[in-house]
Amino acid sequence: MTIADKEQAIIDEFAIYDDWMDKYEYIIELGKELPLIAANYKTDDRLIKGCQSRVWLHAENNHGKMQFTADSDAIITKGIIALLIRVLNEESPAQVAKAELGFIKEIGLQEHLSPTRSNGLVSMVKQMKMEALKNVK
Amino acid sequence: MQINKFDIAKIRAEFPILKRQVHNKPLIYFDNGATVQKPQIVIDRINKYYTEENANIHRGVHHLSQEATSAYETARKTIQDYLGAQHEHEIIFTKGTTDGINLVAYSFGELLNAGDEIIISAMEHHSNIVPWQMLCERKNCTLRIIPMDTNGELDLAVYEQLLSEKTKLVAVTHISNALGTINDVEHIIEKAHQFGAKVLIDGAQAIQHIPVDVQTLDCDFYAFSGHKIFGPTGVGVLYGKSEILNKMPPYQGGGDMIKEVTLHKTTYNELPHKFEAGTPNIVGGIALGTAFEFLQTLDMEGLEKHEHDLLAYATDALKNMEGITIYGQAKNKTSVISFLVDGTHPYDVGTLLDKMGIAVRTGHHCTQPIMDFFGIPGTIRASFACYNNKEEIDIFVKALHRIIPLLKH
Repeated sequence: MTIADKEQAIIDEFAIYDDWMDKYEYIIELGKELPLIAANYKTDDRLIKGCQSRVWLHAENNHGKMQFTADSDAIITKGIIALLIRVLNEESPAQVAKAELGFIKEIGLQEHLSPTRSNGLVSMVKQMKMEALKNVK
Repeated sequence: MQINKFDIAKIRAEFPILKRQVHNKPLIYFDNGATVQKPQIVIDRINKYYTEENANIHRGVHHLSQEATSAYETARKTIQDYLGAQHEHEIIFTKGTTDGINLVAYSFGELLNAGDEIIISAMEHHSNIVPWQMLCERKNCTLRIIPMDTNGELDLAVYEQLLSEKTKLVAVTHISNALGTINDVEHIIEKAHQFGAKVLIDGAQAIQHIPVDVQTLDCDFYAFSGHKIFGPTGVGVLYGKSEILNKMPPYQGGGDMIKEVTLHKTTYNELPHKFEAGTPNIVGGIALGTAFEFLQTLDMEGLEKHEHDLLAYATDALKNMEGITIYGQAKNKTSVISFLVDGTHPYDVGTLLDKMGIAVRTGHHCTQPIMDFFGIPGTIRASFACYNNKEEIDIFVKALHRIIPLLKH
């Protein structure tokens, strides 16, 4: 599955929700199901401070594929992290670095990725790409 | 247009934004601590200025300039009257509360010496903390802090112990933006004066809620923002006693603040112009005057009672809900409720309330020391203004009942 395929799959999943409440319920579920970041990675050097919510991100390059784990203290932020990880995990560093992640806008969650929102998500996406760039050969 | 009895329907009708929808729901605006909405009369005044009157003020010989100058100076007079200031020139137009506090920190600060002490409180907004920290660094002064208890009330016994001959300035908030506490500033001022210290009151959260008379308070400085009192953003007022303002050096140099300039030396203008360098926010000042005129049409006693009823009504409703903790339970409190819901994050609650058309503020409210005191990252803050009503609080409480079960882990 390419990044584009995974993005399309998410767009299709969200298409069935015409009520915002159902959509957020789904995001909250995703947030609750997000696998926990290993406790030893939930450290201050992996903390991305937003004004509103905090995000921890750990990245690894596993034989040419990026592996991300992350956590947040806010559940909606965590749900959106789950989507980002689903799209970017197991992709090559080069693919992660150039991913545009247009699906966030398609499913109507772009407000959470606005720099003024200060929930740590914009910085997290930047950090994911930085980590990938470090591994681009 | 005196609205004699406090008539909520009439008041709501003055605010056009209250008719709009957000996410297809009628807007419920509970973020009044951040900024309040504007009545039509203020919006019209801004429009009229740019449509018919726009000109630069002071020293213009042409008609428009004189008209604009007169409107601007009339606004100053209106504000003087409202605040009960002794002189018109004690009303300095600023960009807002932060600007006013920085003006005092810089300019009054120039009169301080190493070893002098400044007292602030543990419940100040960052804008009434950071300028004093900067001053203390610049002048080698010491900052002392009045502590707060878990109800969100200042410990005034400790305050009295902090005061000494070294104290040169006490800077405290009239009303806490994060907790709603109304501080006993009369007492704080009286005690400071016994040691010859001057007092600055941060009135950003007070002026729209309670009557303020600077001579009765006997404060030396009183700073507030226009946008929190139905006026536009980018304009505010610093009141200062003229005997002190006269001793203070100018804050910024430029046009309007000078008497005579040669390439080597400048003599400064009289008050208030000494502190108003450059073209000011003319329309802002004029429209702020209009905002005060609007405020004068309201029955202030009725307004206070109405807001107090809203606070009591919302507090009762939240206290009846399980897992809600209210931060700030001072006996004397204005219409602000800061709270947390067990097992949820303020960002999530705020996001879902927004989807229901309800605007609240979440986060640390620029008062990180208060959040640290309570050991929390932030709160959800609902702050009410005169145009809010009980029906809106009912919808807000219903919304909380709907979203909390979703968010609990």
